[in-house]
Parts: sequence; C-alpha cells; structure tokens
Amino acid sequence: MRQQGRTRIVRMTSVALFVLVWQAASVWNARRQYLNPILFPSPLDMVRAAYDEAVQGILWRDIVASLARIFQGFAIGALVGVPLGCAAGYFRRLEDWVDPIVELFRPVPPLALLPLFIIWLGIGEVSKILLIAFSTFFPIFLNTTEGVRSMDPLHLRAALSLGANRWQIFTNVAAWSALPGIIVGLRLGFALGFFVLVAAELIAADSGLGYRIQESRNFFLVDRMFVGAAVIGILGFGFNLVLRRLEDLLLRWRSTIVQAQI
Amino acid sequence: MSGPPCESIGHKLEVSGVRKVFQPEDGRAPVVALERFDLAVDDGEFVCLLGPSGCGKSTLLNIVAGFVRPTEGRVSLDGAEVRGPGRDRGVVFQEHALFPWFRVGQNVEFGLKMAGVPRQERVGIADRYLGLVGLQPFRQAFPKELSGGMKQRVAIARALANDPKILLMDEPFGALDAQTRRLMQDELTKIWATTGKTILFVTHAIEESLLLADRVVVMSPRPGRIKALLAVPLSRPRSDVAGDFVALKAEIQELLRDV
Repeated sequence: MRQQGRTRIVRMTSVALFVLVWQAASVWNARRQYLNPILFPSPLDMVRAAYDEAVQGILWRDIVASLARIFQGFAIGALVGVPLGCAAGYFRRLEDWVDPIVELFRPVPPLALLPLFIIWLGIGEVSKILLIAFSTFFPIFLNTTEGVRSMDPLHLRAALSLGANRWQIFTNVAAWSALPGIIVGLRLGFALGFFVLVAAELIAADSGLGYRIQESRNFFLVDRMFVGAAVIGILGFGFNLVLRRLEDLLLRWRSTIVQAQI
Repeated sequence: MSGPPCESIGHKLEVSGVRKVFQPEDGRAPVVALERFDLAVDDGEFVCLLGPSGCGKSTLLNIVAGFVRPTEGRVSLDGAEVRGPGRDRGVVFQEHALFPWFRVGQNVEFGLKMAGVPRQERVGIADRYLGLVGLQPFRQAFPKELSGGMKQRVAIARALANDPKILLMDEPFGALDAQTRRLMQDELTKIWATTGKTILFVTHAIEESLLLADRVVVMSPRPGRIKALLAVPLSRPRSDVAGDFVALKAEIQELLRDV
C-alpha cells in the first residue's frame, strides 16, 4: 500500500514537472523570440483558450458531439461484436464461415473507408457513427472469439459431469472464460474508435473536437488546436481509467489480472 | 465386439471388454491404451486403479465418466449403458477444476443449479456438503483464496452435492504436498464412510491405494490391462506402518516390478 502511494506521488510529480518545464520553455521562448510564440503556446495559454471556449459554450458542445458519436458507434460495435464473437468462438462450424470474411476486412484501415461511408451515408452523423462501429467491431469480435476459445477443457468436462447442457455451459463457463478477452477487446475497440472519431471529424464534420482543431487551424488559433488535442487526450485517459476499474471489478476472481497493453 | 456378456446382476458399475485405441492424427502407429478390460464394482465399494503412468488408468476413468468413448466394449452403471458424461457420475480431477469466477458456495451448488433445484434448497444442500469437508466458513470465498487441499475438498463437495451414484477420482491428491495428502486420505475415508458412496479412484501411489481401497486393481502398461485384483482386508482406520500393510505393499511392489 505504501509502495503504491509512493508510485502515485512519483507519477504525479512527473506530470507536474512536464507541465512546468513546458511553461518555462514557452516563457523563455516568448522573451527571446527564438521561435514564433504563437506557434508554441504555453500551458497557461491553453488554459486561457480553454476558458474562452468554455465561456462561449463551444467546448461543451464539441465534447458532447464527439462523445455522442463515439458512444453510439462503440455501442453498435460492441452489440454486434460480442454476440457474434461468442457465437463464432463457441460453434466451431460457424467459425469457418465467419473467420475468413473478418480476416479479409481486418487489414483495411477503417479510415480508408471513410470516403465510401460519406458517399453512401452522407456527411451527417450516420456515416461517422457507423465508421466508428465498423472499426471498433474488429478488436471486440476477435478478442471475444479468442476468449471463448480459451475455455479450459477441464472446466468443460467438469460442467458436463455436473449435468450442464450446451446452453448452460455457454452461460456458466464459456462466457466467463471469455470475459477477460471481451474486456480487452472493448478497451482496444474504444481506443481505436477514438482514433477514427477524431480523424473523421477532421475531414468531415461541422462539430466535435476534431472539427474544432481543423477550424482553429483555419483561423490560426494554435492555442485552441492544442486545447482540442489536450481535451481528446484527457477524455481518452479518463475512459481508459473507467474501463480498467470495470475490469478490476468484473475480474476480481482472477488470481492474476494481466493488464493488456494498448 | 469382444468381451464376455455381463449377466451378473447387482454390480453397481460394470466395465466389460473395454478396448481403447488412440489413432494419432499425424499418421503414426495407433496406440492401444486399454485391452480387453473387465471390472465390476459393487455398491458402496472403494476401488483403486493402480499402475504406472501410461497404463491406461486415467483413460479407463475417462471412459467411465463418459468423456472418452471406448473403441470396443461397454460400461454400464446400475444396468444403464454409459453414453456420455452425466450427473450420475461425479468426477474429481487432479487439478481441482473449480470455476474460478464462482464463489465456493456457487461451485458446490453448480450441479443442483443446472438441474433446476430451487435456490433455497440448493443452498441448504451445498451447506451440508461444505460442512462435510469442513469448509462452511468459506462459502463466500473465491477459489483463488483457498489452498490446494481446500480447493480439492471443495471439488469433492461439488461432486457429492449432485448425489451421484458413483464418485470418480483421477489422482485427486497427486498435486498436493505429502502432509496435506495424508490428511486428505483420512478425510476421504471418513467421507466415504459417512456417505456410503461407491468410489473409483485412480492413483500411482501404492500406499495411497492401500490406505483407501477395499480392492486394488493393479494395472500394467502397453497395452493397459489388469495385472492383478487385490482385496485389502485391513480394518479402518489404517496405518501405513502396520505389519500387514507393509506386507501387502511389498506384494504389490513385486507385482509392479516385472511390469
């Protein structure tokens, strides 16, 4: 416990030092005019810019617009990916039908399909949400399938000898065995969804954090561009934290919780 | 089909003419794991399958459990042919095989829950069997919080809670340290005496088979077959230093030597 506390202090100090050094460097640069200070705003400049955006109300609007897209897209990706992944992992016969198609689509970077999605579905919300759903689907599906297949054959035998039928084995054994994989898939899917969201907003949107970065660029508001990137970073960090907490809660029965690397 | 027809009535478990051939997928020569195996176990009897690794003792247990189909021959329990795994045969594995995501109580209730026994009732039954293995206070614990011996006791309680006709145990104490193992052997003897279950127990330890069984089936490998059937006429509780125990042990050692 004390070790943990010390680790936390070191980590916070590291962040604080980073911000301080950045601030000092910006102030120093502003005095010496070494580089154009407009291109390299300080952390304080960013706070000021964020405050302005918040007062104008556009910061919240952007956050809400971006989060609405990611949540809808992520939800669709998960609602399709988890059940389909469970089925493909549990029924060997389905596996051979689904796997090759997934493997065919998987190497295509989702952004390569953005123009197609826009042509098909227009520049509105649907194209972006479905692109996020599409990109989150793959890590979720693949990790779910892998998770179901990781079921210990000994557990299968134990359940069979205790009288469980196929459906009961799925709900009481296979689904639980898959849970760690499903959570890894959700986390990877969310990270990828975030990535695609911002890229899609940069290219084709009239609201959202990615759009704001693009718009700020047009008006040469570099501090606002930094704010956009920082807010995206903070949101991503926050959701990853929430998902990790959820993981710890759902997997507290595990002897060692292996943290996935993103 | 080979093997004699089984006319005898009254045996709990009958294994007749069982042969098992494993065909390796890579085209190597087939392996005969069991050859013409006959065994009858009576109601309430404690029988040990004893032999070195590769003698097919675990294969036989898996066939009785229904996990593996025999190439030839048949297994019947109370006269009904075994065609697959089922709740009438409780299995305890070498690695406890508890479900780590369920608490101890939920593990013990598992079979009853699958059978649709109402919650109230199955909690009561689970409690009784947890009491039998002395683990009632650990109802709410997760398996990872238990020691190896405790996990194996939960596994025994889980198998018994289903009230199976026979208990099949595949080297259940093989992974435990010597001291825990000795305790578990005593405990199992008590459980057997209390419940009156028929038990088929696989082991490669001579002492273990002599401490536990009414009868020891000594097996020889390649192909697996019965070398000798030995009655253990020792009264319980047994001591592994008593003269007649040591004599029996020497006899089995002699049998296993020229395997």
